[in-house]
Amino acid sequence: MRFLFKTSYAQELGLFRDNVQRHWYLALVAALLVLPRVVPDYVGDISLVFIYGLCGLALMVLAGYTGLVSLGHAAFLGIGAYAHVFFAQDLKLPWIVSVALACVITAAVGVLVGLPALRMTGVYLTIATLAFALIIQEVFARWDRVTGGLKGKPVDKPVLFGFSFASELAFYFLCLAVLAGALWLTANLLRAPTGRAWVAIRDSEIAAQSMGVNVAVYKTMAFAYSAALMGVAGALFAHKIGFLAPDIFSVLLSIQLLLMVVVGGLGSLHGALYGAVFVAILPVLISQARDAVPAWHGLDRFVKQPGLEPGLFGLILVLFILFEPLGIYGRWMKIKLYFAMFPLYKRATFKRQKAYMRSERLR
Amino acid sequence: MTLLEADNLAINFGGITALAGVSFEVRAGEVLTIIGPNGAGKTTIFNLVSRIYDPTRGRLVFGGEDITRVPPHEIARRGIARTFQNIELFEHATVLQNLLLGRHAHKRSRFVEELLFLPRVRALELEHRGAVEKVIDFLDLQPYRDSLIVNLPYGVRKVVEMGRALCTQPKLLLLDEPSSGLSVEETEEMAFWIQDIRTLLGITVLMVEHDMSLVSAVSDRVVALNYGLVIAAGTPRDVQAHPDVVKAYLGG
Repeated sequence: MRFLFKTSYAQELGLFRDNVQRHWYLALVAALLVLPRVVPDYVGDISLVFIYGLCGLALMVLAGYTGLVSLGHAAFLGIGAYAHVFFAQDLKLPWIVSVALACVITAAVGVLVGLPALRMTGVYLTIATLAFALIIQEVFARWDRVTGGLKGKPVDKPVLFGFSFASELAFYFLCLAVLAGALWLTANLLRAPTGRAWVAIRDSEIAAQSMGVNVAVYKTMAFAYSAALMGVAGALFAHKIGFLAPDIFSVLLSIQLLLMVVVGGLGSLHGALYGAVFVAILPVLISQARDAVPAWHGLDRFVKQPGLEPGLFGLILVLFILFEPLGIYGRWMKIKLYFAMFPLYKRATFKRQKAYMRSERLR
Repeated sequence: MTLLEADNLAINFGGITALAGVSFEVRAGEVLTIIGPNGAGKTTIFNLVSRIYDPTRGRLVFGGEDITRVPPHEIARRGIARTFQNIELFEHATVLQNLLLGRHAHKRSRFVEELLFLPRVRALELEHRGAVEKVIDFLDLQPYRDSLIVNLPYGVRKVVEMGRALCTQPKLLLLDEPSSGLSVEETEEMAFWIQDIRTLLGITVLMVEHDMSLVSAVSDRVVALNYGLVIAAGTPRDVQAHPDVVKAYLGG
């Protein structure tokens, strides 16, 4: 067991707990820098994981930290993607400017969605965001002039400051840099008063309010920030898939994004990234498992029908909520504690205490 | 000097009259306790003062300013902090994070500064931390600094919640049943703390309380409510002996 000596208040303001942790992260960065050389065939897939990570980060801020569960984040991703492609290709704006504009537009839409959301909580909010996603998907399909409608829209490779990111390797590093930047900004917010206010709203709106948190402002801010991150992710996503069509930004994608944060572990930035890896690997696992199913009573034909994936996503979501509400991150913490305490691990350490009754919870 | 004045406060929920015109004043530097049977409207007064409810009628004046229409998140900035009957802490956060949120009313950093975590944000955070540590020392919360609220016993949670309210550096502290759910020893400790808050920190206290030993130990004055009306006011001894108060509790 390692002991952490806290000797100053400033120490707890750092991004990393101690030097050991800092070195682990440096090692991780180094590993990610050499990774394309080790597995050159998977560079494209890993870039997608980074983009998913960005989405996970965005939804984690909203669902994991502020407690506002959205089933409409695919729409934000789509708005970011279409806006970026429109600005970069149709209006020929520089890449950075185009991404920034896409970011601003998604943030503005985030505010618009956030405003009615102030009056709604829990499942009602989730349903409202779902409706929003459906409307936006319809807009993508009908607004031909901008989105290319149902015919779709091809996307060029990104060019930054005259340097082309057409190669998979260059795009890998672009995604990695954006993800690292977004992680840094989000971690900064979370250790500052804004992040504390978000967590406060999640845990007790009424207490947050009486401590001086303007709940409306902070909820809207969470929506805007989350949407802005989705906008950036959308721009990268557009380049990654190379072709935009309305059916890409379906409800299924929204569910997949939510699956990411729940499976990864709500309320932790690590969780968003674990979830991204999980969601990226899942389709590969499913397709491999499909081929391995035996031809028993036509079972193999049954699992090969389309529509199995959404069902499996749902099942995984339910199983995680039931058996590991803290997600992969929670499981990881338990494993770490097990080894740190070996052989004295107590199962009950993570057992939730029965919550005290809240008979008069105000809303 | 009058710090808080409630003038003819009334509120209806549909057909139910929770308060039917209550007037009282809280003088600066005193401990005033509101007592009364269940449903008398005690917590409703708190919710009116912290502006969670809008009064149907009446006025609230705090420090000479009318706060009847001030938005609820402004209340902390004006110098009123509160605790809740059923503890409203941020359960999945540590004690330290809970107390730091109590500093929200003193937030001076802007969003963009926080996004980049500029040196100014760092300096302000250290300042907040310093203020929080003073409260931690005052309430002897050092052993619990990094514990999650969900893992703490009820008695400690009560103290943490009071600490969070103190972190806002209020002029007026509203305590909603500070002794409910506490053991006899913990209640005794609570009495000391309420006295210290008044004498050492100079904070005026308005509390709702059922435990008459605690009430008579710490309060300067007591207001008794029943069915949304003030039935008696004065020193703890006088109010306890008041015939209407006896009748309200024992019936008859």
